[in-house]
Amino acid sequence: MKKVLIAIAFIVALTIQGVAQSSPVTLLNVSYDPTRELYQDYNAAFAKYWKAKTGQQVNVQQSHGGSSKQARAVIDGLEADVVTLALAYDIDAIAQNAKLLPANWQSRLPNNSSPYTSTIIFLVRKGNPKGIKDWDDLVRPGVAVITPNPKTSGGARWNYLAAWGYALKRSGGDESKAKDFIAKLYKNVPVLDSGARGATTTFVERGMGDVLIAWENEVLLGAKDLGQDKFEIVVPSLSILCEPTVSVVDKVVDKKGTRAIAEEYLKHLYSPEGQEIAAKRYYRPRSEAAAKKYASQFPKVKLFTLAEIIGDWQKTQKIHFADGGVFDQVYQPNQ
Amino acid sequence: MATIFPLRSFGLASDRAAQATTEGAWVRWSLIAVAVVFLGVFLFMPLAVVFASALAKGVSVYFAALREPDALAAIRLTLIAAGIAVPMNLIFGVAAAWAIGKFEFFGKSFLVTLIDLPFAVSPVVSGLIYVLIFGLQGLMGPWLASHDVKIIFAVPGIVLATVFVTFPFVARELIPLVQAQGNEEEEAALTLGASGWQTFFRVTLPNIKWGLLYGVILCNARAMGEFGAVSVVSGHIRSRTNTMPLHIEILYNEYQFAPAFAVASLLALLALVTLLAKSIVEWKSRQQTKQQELFATRQTATPTSISSAGANAA
Repeated sequence: MKKVLIAIAFIVALTIQGVAQSSPVTLLNVSYDPTRELYQDYNAAFAKYWKAKTGQQVNVQQSHGGSSKQARAVIDGLEADVVTLALAYDIDAIAQNAKLLPANWQSRLPNNSSPYTSTIIFLVRKGNPKGIKDWDDLVRPGVAVITPNPKTSGGARWNYLAAWGYALKRSGGDESKAKDFIAKLYKNVPVLDSGARGATTTFVERGMGDVLIAWENEVLLGAKDLGQDKFEIVVPSLSILCEPTVSVVDKVVDKKGTRAIAEEYLKHLYSPEGQEIAAKRYYRPRSEAAAKKYASQFPKVKLFTLAEIIGDWQKTQKIHFADGGVFDQVYQPNQ
Repeated sequence: MATIFPLRSFGLASDRAAQATTEGAWVRWSLIAVAVVFLGVFLFMPLAVVFASALAKGVSVYFAALREPDALAAIRLTLIAAGIAVPMNLIFGVAAAWAIGKFEFFGKSFLVTLIDLPFAVSPVVSGLIYVLIFGLQGLMGPWLASHDVKIIFAVPGIVLATVFVTFPFVARELIPLVQAQGNEEEEAALTLGASGWQTFFRVTLPNIKWGLLYGVILCNARAMGEFGAVSVVSGHIRSRTNTMPLHIEILYNEYQFAPAFAVASLLALLALVTLLAKSIVEWKSRQQTKQQELFATRQTATPTSISSAGANAA
C-alpha cells in the first residue's frame, strides 16, 4: 500500500514537473481589421514551428479592430506582446504617448519593420456602369466615391495618400494641383465612414456609391464573400505601396518575460513560410521567391512609396491629417 | 394599508375595457389588428430572423458555431460576468432599498439619484470612465501596472463594467415596493422582540421576495446582453476577453453570418426564458398581494383577536 502511494506521488510529481518544463506561453498580437485571416493561419504555423524548435507550446491570442483604436487600447494598457498595425504612425503613437517601445522601433526589423505590403485599388459595380478605369475618373462630376475618414481610419489614410501621390506624379510634383485633385475627389464622397469595414458595408450592403477605394488584400479576399457576380475589381495605373508595420512592445515583453518568443514571432514573418502565408492571404510578400510564386494573383500596378511622395509618417501626419492640415483645408462636408 | 399597485392598475384596465366595449366592433378589431401587426413586424419577425439565419446553413453549422473554442470562451466569460454582477447587485440592491425605503437620513435623495446614474449615462461613457481610472494613462494606471494588477482589458474590468450598468435594476425594482409596504410589520416584529436580522429575514425578505426575483431576472438579462460598456473595456482578445455580444459582432464583421446568429440565438433564447420567468414571477407576486389583501381585510374585521394575541405575547 505504502509503495503504491509512493509510486503515485512520484508519478504526480513527474507530471507536474513535466508540465512545468514545457509550460505553454501565451502571446497577445494586437492587430487591425483585415488581418484576421492572415494571423489565424500564421499563428497556427508559428505554434508548430516554435514547438519543433524549442518543445514549448505557444498560444497566440488575437485582438482586432480599427488600427488607431487598437493603438489607443495598447496606450491605455492592453498588454500586447506584439502590435501589427496598418501604419507606422499608429505604432509611433504608442511610442510617444505611452513610451512602451523606443522611438527607433521601425529600424529593428528589415524593410522598415514591414514584412508584407499591400496597395490601394478600386471596387466597382458589375459591368462598371460609370466606366471607371483610373484615378482621374474618380474626380469626374457625378461619380460617387466611397472611402472612410482619414482622420480615424488607417486604410483611409493610405487611400488618401494614393490619390495624392497619383496627382503629384501626374502634375510633375505640383502640390497645389494635387490639392485641387484631392478637393475634387472628396467632393465626390457622399459619406465618410469611420473605418474600412464600415465603408465596405456602405458600398456593398447599403448599395451606396459607384466606386469603393480599398485595400487590395481586403478586396481580393472579400471578393468571394461579397459576391463576385455583383462587383468588379479595377486596378489604377499608379498606386501607393502600403507598408503595414509590426513591432514588439518592449515594456510588455520584458515584464512578461516573452521577449525571445515575441521577437521570433515577428522574425518568422520574414521567413519563406511566413511570406508564403502572407501571399496566400493576398498580402504582397517581400521575399522575391514568394512574390514570383504568387505573382499571378496580384494585379500589375506601378507603385510608389510614401517616402517618395512625402517622407515619413510623422511628417505626413503633420502636413495632411493633423487639425488644420491639407485634408481639413480641402474637405468641406456641407458644400 | 399598503398600496397594492398591480391590483389597482388591473382594476383601472378593466374599467377601461368596459368603456371600450361600447365602441363599434370595427374600431376594436382594427385596433387589435394594428397592435398585432406592429408586434409581428417589430418583435416576432426579428426574433424569427435570428433563428432562421442561425439555422440557414444547417444544424451542424449551428452546433459547430456554439462548440467552437472562442464561442465557448465567450459563453463562459458572459456567465462569469453575470455570475459575479448579479449576486453583487442582489446584495447592494437589497441593502439600498432597505436603507432608502425604511429609514430617513441625510442625503437620501442624492443616493437615489446616484443609483439611477447608470440608467442616465450612456454605456460607452460608463466604459470610458473605467479606462480613465484604471487605464495605463489613467488615474490609477501606473500604480496598478507597477503592482501587476490588471483591471481593464481583463476579466475584472468586464465584471466592473457589467456591475456598473446593471446596478439600478434590483434597487430600482425594490425601492417602491419597500416604501409602499411601510414599516408597520417590522415595527411589530421588533416590539415582539425580534432582532434586526430576524426581522429582515422573517418579515422584510418574504414581503419583497417576488419583486426581488423580478429585479434579479432583469439584472441578469442585462448583464449577459450588455455591449457598449463591456466593448470599451474588453480589448477584444479572442478566447480571453470576448463576451457573447462582442463575439457576435466579431463573427458578423468576418462575414460569418450563420455562426454569428447561432450565438445570437442563444442570447435570444435567454431573453425568452427571462420573459417566461418574469411572467411566472409576476403571476406569483400578484397572488401574494391578493392573499395579503385578503389577510388585511380579515385583520381589520377582527381587531379583538389581534389585541388579545398581543396581550398574550406581552
